[in-house]
Amino acid sequence: MRKGEDTMAEAKRIQTPLTKEKVAGLTAGDRVLISGTIYTGRDAAHKRLVALLEEGKELPLDLRDQIIYYVGPAPAPPGKAIGSAGPTSSYRMDRYAPLLIEKGLTGMIGKGLRGPAVIEAMKAHQAVYFAATGGAAVVIAQSIISQEIIAYEDLGTEAIHRLEVKDFPVIVAIDSHGNNLYETGRKEYQNKK
Amino acid sequence: MREIKAALITEKVKQLFLKISYEIGDDVLCGLRAGKDKEISPIGKAILEEIIANDTLAAKEGMAVCQDTGMAVVFAEVGQEVHITEGDFQQAINQGVREAYAEGYLRKSVVSDPLFDRKNTQDNTPAVIYTDIVPGDSVKLAVTAKGFGSENMSRLKMLTPADGQQGVLDFIVETVSLAGPNPCPPVVVGVCVGGTMDKAAQLAKKATMRRLGSLNPDARYQALEEKALEQINASGIGPGGLGGLTTALAVHIDWYPTHIAGLPVAVNICCHAVRHGTVEI
Ligand code: SF4
Repeated sequence: MRKGEDTMAEAKRIQTPLTKEKVAGLTAGDRVLISGTIYTGRDAAHKRLVALLEEGKELPLDLRDQIIYYVGPAPAPPGKAIGSAGPTSSYRMDRYAPLLIEKGLTGMIGKGLRGPAVIEAMKAHQAVYFAATGGAAVVIAQSIISQEIIAYEDLGTEAIHRLEVKDFPVIVAIDSHGNNLYETGRKEYQNKK
Repeated sequence: MREIKAALITEKVKQLFLKISYEIGDDVLCGLRAGKDKEISPIGKAILEEIIANDTLAAKEGMAVCQDTGMAVVFAEVGQEVHITEGDFQQAINQGVREAYAEGYLRKSVVSDPLFDRKNTQDNTPAVIYTDIVPGDSVKLAVTAKGFGSENMSRLKMLTPADGQQGVLDFIVETVSLAGPNPCPPVVVGVCVGGTMDKAAQLAKKATMRRLGSLNPDARYQALEEKALEQINASGIGPGGLGGLTTALAVHIDWYPTHIAGLPVAVNICCHAVRHGTVEI
């Protein structure tokens, strides 16, 4: 069976919070539409969150069963809930992600490869990594209903925002068993015409 | 002597950055559609459809094609018969960038000191500006808004003359292969062979700005472009890096004379959000 053939036919719908039971039902290659609340965070915000944890302090948000979307949106034009808002490269968050997963984070949305330490943490604590399409920033923005800054306003586009989303389109790139579509997909189409 | 006011340059730069940030060129859309028609991976096909829908919607809604609206790069050719009045040329360009990014709701992604402060300059300046003085009485500007997901995956190597064609080909293919999903494939690959280290990098950037699918006029370089594209698309990386046939839309190779001892090769990767345009004043 060619991977994705059946999954492209129908997307799974997921409502946040993303509990571990929901994570267990997701397999690499699944197309998923996420609705509910998700949080944004990229390099600078991750650095601060991890610094707080290392000092044993409280985080500005409860990570349990939550999803972080790696994004730095463009400013919202008049009349829009948000500006263009596609994913940024995830590998830059690899240094911070395992600790956040340990603290209850169950989902990450980004684009591109993850390091072995992140995948190990995902397997150990049942978390999932979703790929959103890099550069599909306007299509993605349409699924974002509202945004609100909840921490680190001084970071501008890198501040942590709470987003309300409806049918936010992603693909499971790496599931909680470590199945990795970046590897299997690439292998499957190598030297094909 | 022809006089051109700095304010006119600012206005043209501003209009150009606004346009390219919202509107992906026909050449790129055409390449994306051709890729979609040939794509055999269902996920790959769906991603290409999503990208095409995105680019169409961006132009319609007047929204940035990608939230990473890039660092502004400007190649200027200034005719030697031109006298720029009422302002400074570089400042005029930066002012155009500043106005486009503020008024167009484009993301400001530039930090000043890169290592210690990393403080956002808040207006996406400075631009990277290359200026050539050429014969004539006009100013030609070629600009690109360069996203860093793909910029970060670019590489340069000082090959030896003995490495030859095969060395160049291998380095190009290896660079795209190592980049995998990170630069938002399908990508456009800009390459320069020759020059000095800096010249190669500069012309590789310029090569990403060629009209998509335009060929190097030299048949030998053309053959190398085709071979590189074929090998890259056999990598299996595919759209979004999730597997498929469409990893690159084009490979553009240019060259510059070099030293007897050297064979520099620079590979500048650009994502499918290739934003570039030109204007003549
Ligand atoms: S690499 Fe290109 S398409 Fe991807 S996020 Fe950056 S600018 Fe956008």
